[in-house]
Amino acid sequence: MTSTGIGVPVRRREDFRFITGSGQYVDDISRPGQVYAYFVRSPHAHAIIKNIDTSAALNAPGVLAVFTGKDLAADKIGGLICGWMIHSKDGTPMRVGPHPALALEKVRYVGDHVAVVIAETLNQAKDAAELVEVDYEVLPAVVDLARAQDPGQPQIHAEAPNNTVFEWHLGDKDAVDAAFAKAAHVTKLELVNNRLIPNAMEPRAAIGEYDRGQDSYTLYTTSQNPHVARLVLSAFIGIAPEHKLRVIAPDVGGGFGSKIFIYAEETVCVWAARKVGRPVKWTAERTEAFLADAHGRDHLTTAELAVDSSGKILALRVKTKANLGAYLSTFASSVPTYLYAPLLSGQYDIPAIYCEVDGVYTNTAPVDAYRGAGRPEATFVVERLVEVAARELGRDPAEFRMQNFVKSFPHQTPVIMTYDAGDYAACMKKALELADYANFPQRKAESERKGLLRGIGFSAYIEACGIAPSRAIGALGAGVGLWESAEVRVNPIGTVEVLTGSHSHGQGHETTFAQLVSHRLGIPIDQISIIHGDTEKVQMGMGTYGSRSGAVGMSAISKALDKVVAKATKIAARCMEVPEDTVDFNDGVFSARGTNKSMTFGEVALQAYVAHKFDSSEIEPGLKESCFYDPTNFTFPSGVHIAEVEIDPETGVTRIDRWTAVDDFGVIINPMIVEGQVHGGIAQGVGQALLERAVYDSSGQLLTASFMDYCMPRADDLPSFNVAMTNTPCPSNPLGIKGCGEAGAIAAPAALINAITNALGHENISMPATPQAVWRAAQASVRKMAAE
Amino acid sequence: MYAFDYQRPSTVNEAAALLANGSGAKLLAGGQTLIPTMKQRLASPPLVVDLRDVAELRGIDRTNDRLVIGAMTTHAQVAESAVVASTIPGLCNVAEGIGDPHVRHRGTIGGSLANNDPAADYPAAVLALAATIYTNKREIAADDFFQGLFTTALEEDEIITRVSFPIPERFGYAKFPNPASRYAMVGVAVAKGPQGVRVAVTGAGQNGVFRATDMEAALTNAFTPDALKGISVDPSLMNSDIHGDANYRAHLVTVMARRAVQAAAA
Repeated sequence: MTSTGIGVPVRRREDFRFITGSGQYVDDISRPGQVYAYFVRSPHAHAIIKNIDTSAALNAPGVLAVFTGKDLAADKIGGLICGWMIHSKDGTPMRVGPHPALALEKVRYVGDHVAVVIAETLNQAKDAAELVEVDYEVLPAVVDLARAQDPGQPQIHAEAPNNTVFEWHLGDKDAVDAAFAKAAHVTKLELVNNRLIPNAMEPRAAIGEYDRGQDSYTLYTTSQNPHVARLVLSAFIGIAPEHKLRVIAPDVGGGFGSKIFIYAEETVCVWAARKVGRPVKWTAERTEAFLADAHGRDHLTTAELAVDSSGKILALRVKTKANLGAYLSTFASSVPTYLYAPLLSGQYDIPAIYCEVDGVYTNTAPVDAYRGAGRPEATFVVERLVEVAARELGRDPAEFRMQNFVKSFPHQTPVIMTYDAGDYAACMKKALELADYANFPQRKAESERKGLLRGIGFSAYIEACGIAPSRAIGALGAGVGLWESAEVRVNPIGTVEVLTGSHSHGQGHETTFAQLVSHRLGIPIDQISIIHGDTEKVQMGMGTYGSRSGAVGMSAISKALDKVVAKATKIAARCMEVPEDTVDFNDGVFSARGTNKSMTFGEVALQAYVAHKFDSSEIEPGLKESCFYDPTNFTFPSGVHIAEVEIDPETGVTRIDRWTAVDDFGVIINPMIVEGQVHGGIAQGVGQALLERAVYDSSGQLLTASFMDYCMPRADDLPSFNVAMTNTPCPSNPLGIKGCGEAGAIAAPAALINAITNALGHENISMPATPQAVWRAAQASVRKMAAE
Repeated sequence: MYAFDYQRPSTVNEAAALLANGSGAKLLAGGQTLIPTMKQRLASPPLVVDLRDVAELRGIDRTNDRLVIGAMTTHAQVAESAVVASTIPGLCNVAEGIGDPHVRHRGTIGGSLANNDPAADYPAAVLALAATIYTNKREIAADDFFQGLFTTALEEDEIITRVSFPIPERFGYAKFPNPASRYAMVGVAVAKGPQGVRVAVTGAGQNGVFRATDMEAALTNAFTPDALKGISVDPSLMNSDIHGDANYRAHLVTVMARRAVQAAAA
């Protein structure tokens, strides 16, 4: 094994360029003759566009063009799409209104795209944008998710009566009703999963370029999946056929889901590049990111858990309203349905589950996948219910969970999933030990002496990563396959270039993927390049989201490496003049068993290219192999997080005192990077539980449109995390990897709210648990204690 | 940002001349509010007069029983000043709690006071300490200076030159930061000195910084946190927003006042 192989905490190779300012993000790129786009956005949540007068803007200094939705329509540029078909309970397909890149007739949220001004400088474009006169007839807006489907509400899309996109369900309603009828105890909660704004550090950006000589387009864009972007822009939006459209997603500064989607801005930039004959650049300002990046979460849920007299969970019933915003974003329909309800069994053996989800339009920004995408919402439902049920039954919450854990595998849940492997009790026991659960009562008493309320909360989450196989998800309505591609190119001197369809935007693929190659080929990672993010280099790929790149992307590389080693073994055998089946390959050396003959990997690579020592009618020269890998199942990472908080009842401030995370990610390539992913995920989960909340007022104005009002987690909001792992290899992919990118964000909110409600002694607190909300709840607790 | 002219005078008189005759010019005294506002195109002064080169606006001195801070002194300089630490140590804490390191190394006391943001920290400290604000034209008592949200006694062409603080026996400041912006959601400054006991509250009031006179009376009797038990400000005069409603802010005023007294005693 090399010092840079699997399991070694190799430092991230990409960090040097990131922290020395030599990364190449889209905004760092300037193309010759580039001009600037600035979007005129709707100031209203819901309005009819009666007229757009662009004449003054067109005459402003430096302006090349002003385009509206009519110009796109005239060029037969199609609208933005949603790539996952959901059918309602009654079998009807979801009801989707059109989503033009620039509005036609109506605007439907504040920040909606009305027109684009293209000018020599950004400031000229902005100046001219102020001269675009839009005559709006303002309509009442639908903002409140709870009431959006009520009769008499304004209708956002004619295609979707009562603003209802779908009324979907999953599971066996009759079995659940029967289980509830015989339950000894029912726990019921009303839950809000608060709306979040992703806020990747790098705002979205795009440069569209048109080559008149080649009649071809190039789009530089902040994308987590450039090939999917090319596919959508080609096949659905109609910019150009795929062979005439190159999409490059260079260094990308965080995505968290928000850069999966194909948005209006990049569509307009690449189309407009041909119209004006110049490269067209747009970089989002932070306010634009708040207004028009796809938001996350935003569920209203009623959830009930049925338990028998022995404490065994019998059934789960869930009814959710999911806010989809004003238009359906690229994967919006899948997030509150197939990425949500199939996770509702959690780590538990629950015989019957029934979940209903209404997908609802409102006059707010589109809502789509955000770190965890459906799974944090499901975990919050399950782990709040289980915790509260344990409390209501007077049971220790850890012990109640362990009683109900799935204990044998494979395990078929009532909601699609077949859990392949895990050891949930082992995680829990390790977490209890690391959290020093036994001495929590003493710590609580110490806090009380200081006038502080201490609480502890659990979250035993499960997630599903590496959504697969493609055939199965196609049957659930997905418009794409979710395999991944890899190509391993061995150069004549034995260095290696790996082309992957995964995309790194913070995950550290250039390090971890190279570690796999280093491990398998026995060469140091500085002889390995990982190439991604360019449709002209990598043939096809599905990109990075849903913690799929390890389990799926690296598995594709692993399979391609198998082929490389197989062919190199053949060549080595010919060169050493021994039978193939006597050649072993270990630590970068091919050796012939029973002889003293050996060749290094580099020597074999050279022989592959000079082709002097084998019959090229039998073995093709060269050493380059590829693979399209489609996993046989999802992977099921799981874990237990335990949060311990101290609350100042005078102010309502919650301080996180301890955080213990024990996660089972299967085989780990780079423990340092995995731990970093856990830290980041917890930070985002803490953000959701304590700090973050997108707030629209009743007219649809976004009140939290800057960091002055939208509260991101900061270092001093977080404790030092106590992170540990258990490792049950995943049997569904060749590497045994499960995925780690979203776990923290999935686990954290329930753990924290469980800790806060434990400290306060009652359950009525919503996310985010702001100081004011906690103070109110603490006052009620203090009054209750005084009354008792 | 819209185009604008930029001047960097080296004396107060030159600066004042640039402001005269309704030029519409804005003073740049650190720019931690002005520049973001201009970038968002919410302000478009035709001329920005940068005070960074005006040497007479700098410096921290003790003269007899007063601490004098030049208007262009940054928050970081106040926070780290040995002179401030030995005269009004609580003022170092006020400065140290403003914004983030970038803000503290750019933002100035004069800029903060002239802006009079209703959630800024300095107005509470200056009002509680009964400081005097000196300008190129006159001196203004803190009680007369703050006149509501973003409003002060300053005239169009008036420039703050320095702030003079009587040295108190005790001074403390306690702030409950807005979780997002870290401005004061409630900040209470408490001083006991030559001017008696004064309590000033920022962040909470609908009309900007104000004095909590009931608290002053209670603390005059006994300068202890417990003296404030049961004394609260009128919630109907407090601010309400998505971060905290008026009742919560009113409650926090009492809590922060108690903590400020505690800090003053430390």
